[in-house]
Amino acid sequence: MSKDLHGLGVSAGSAAGPAVRLGTPPKLPETVPAIADPGAEADRAVAALDAVGDFLRRRGAAAAGQAADVLAAEAMMACDPALAAKVRGLAAGGRPAAWAASEALASYREMLTSAGGYLAERAADLDDIADRAVALLLGEPMPGIPDPGHPFVLVAAELAPADTATLDPAAVVAIVTERGGPTSHTAILAKTLGIPAVVCCPGILTVPDGTVVAVDGSAGTVIVEPTAEQVERGARRHAERAARLAAAHGPGRTRDGHPVKLLANVGGPADVPAAVAAEAEGIGLLRTEFLFLDRHDEPSGEEQRATYAEILAGMGGRKVVVRTLDAGADKPLAFASQQAEPNPALGIRGLRLDGLLPALLDTQLDALALAAKDTGADVQVMAPMVSVPAEAAAFAGRAREHGLPVAGVMIEVPAAALCAGQVIDQVDFVSIGTNDLSQYTFAADRQAGPLAPLLDPWQPALLRLIAMTADAGRAAGKPVGVCGEAASDPLLAVVLAGLGITSLSMAPPSLAGVRAALAERTLAECQAAAAAALTAATPAAARAAAEG
Amino acid sequence: MMAERHVIVGSSIGLHARPASLLVQAAAKAPVPVLIARHGGEPVDARSILSVIGLDARGGDTVVLSADGAGADAVLDELAAVVAADHDAEGAPS
Repeated sequence: MSKDLHGLGVSAGSAAGPAVRLGTPPKLPETVPAIADPGAEADRAVAALDAVGDFLRRRGAAAAGQAADVLAAEAMMACDPALAAKVRGLAAGGRPAAWAASEALASYREMLTSAGGYLAERAADLDDIADRAVALLLGEPMPGIPDPGHPFVLVAAELAPADTATLDPAAVVAIVTERGGPTSHTAILAKTLGIPAVVCCPGILTVPDGTVVAVDGSAGTVIVEPTAEQVERGARRHAERAARLAAAHGPGRTRDGHPVKLLANVGGPADVPAAVAAEAEGIGLLRTEFLFLDRHDEPSGEEQRATYAEILAGMGGRKVVVRTLDAGADKPLAFASQQAEPNPALGIRGLRLDGLLPALLDTQLDALALAAKDTGADVQVMAPMVSVPAEAAAFAGRAREHGLPVAGVMIEVPAAALCAGQVIDQVDFVSIGTNDLSQYTFAADRQAGPLAPLLDPWQPALLRLIAMTADAGRAAGKPVGVCGEAASDPLLAVVLAGLGITSLSMAPPSLAGVRAALAERTLAECQAAAAAALTAATPAAARAAAEG
Repeated sequence: MMAERHVIVGSSIGLHARPASLLVQAAAKAPVPVLIARHGGEPVDARSILSVIGLDARGGDTVVLSADGAGADAVLDELAAVVAADHDAEGAPS
């Protein structure tokens, strides 16, 4: 008998298949068994660590680029001679193999965590090694992405970045998680890979492995044991959607020709080919953090200039909007020696960091101006975390001093949306970052799973702030873009176009769906959908109203 | 007599990630055990990736490599070159 579960649809598309749960980490039994032969326990533990090392090396050989390096380094840790010596010492002291392996890794983990920074991030690698070694020693299934040998729907409480490093989009037909929100790692990954996904779906973990589920990543529904007819309907919808997407090409416009620029969110040079392949009209959000995080010293102006030029050249003359460094208390820089803050999301981050380290922004703007000159590209810069018009004015002034004539700011703090007219007077354009704007408007941490429903981009309060900003842009005759996750939901994109948003920037795999949705409606229909969504009381009602 | 080399770490990321892996791989192939320490610190086994990254040696820091026995000098020269090289320049930093 079929049963429906409901969550948040975060990556469009439908698919059906047997549910297979993410392997959960094994737990050591509470009672520690007595051991007869410490030498044998030590040998077993070290052999298990070696087997984990072999496994990671094989995975690394099959992976590409950075994932391959990360896995190779993790394999070396599993086979570390100092670790093996510690394991042998613990076994000699009477600990059984699984406990010896787990405790030896825990002692290194503690050392890394207390060192902080880059080393603390490696703690996750040690946890992964410990989970795998303990699973082997206790005879339990390996944690991580399952490999049942056929396509399946991946089910999990939530996915961590390590879980997804080797996720094969050909095997995983859909993803359903019990927790997570629209901006969670799962949502962003699924969208990037083009896999239908539903997050924040209570009850999904009670579905036994092997049960067929039909996932609709647009509506956010999961049908457990669907009828043959339901599966067929899902497959048909999927085929129709694929055909619609394949038919949509060219710049973004409504059926009656109203242009809405379709741009790509890009996090580094590696993302550029996907943006070009998806026919992005430019980059609406170039995140520059990749140049600054995970390193001990500030990248030089020359290094930045070369990297920016590589990206600009790759986009072949299309517009590129570069967000200046968005780091700070929430994404700490090794070379900024910032104090830990009790509320990092509300602390010194984004443009606010400029007060502490003014040279950082000057170097970045300089490098961007030089890269623009090197390539002749259309470069626009924008500042993150702007709250008041004075900050916008100061940023625009700095950009122009460095020879960057077009400057804008992000609208992601409610104060900036409420005074959008005064902010936009100071700059050439604004771009709404809906992820942070949601977090700050609803006082709900993006990382807090249980608060995910508050962060639904269909929340009418969020839509109203977007509408206010769009109105201010129209009055000033200046562009207002959206570059958060909201832009990648095709129906919400229709609403945003109706509100007067002039460009939508998203992960490249989402572009085709948004392009098709816009092309099916006139501007007047978009405006009617927007007006209906704005006056709804709940996110679900807003979506239903927009569907008409 | 223990042979020693004082070397400045060449990669800006320090003895982490790829630079650390390369050093450990080279040390594992060496015919004699090699120790590595931060200047004035406790030496650790250079074949142990966990010990090497645990030194938390940054780009520009000085580390001390030491070894004993036949071929120690040649091994130390080889490992010193690995530590001193700027591996950042070979691949995109993560």
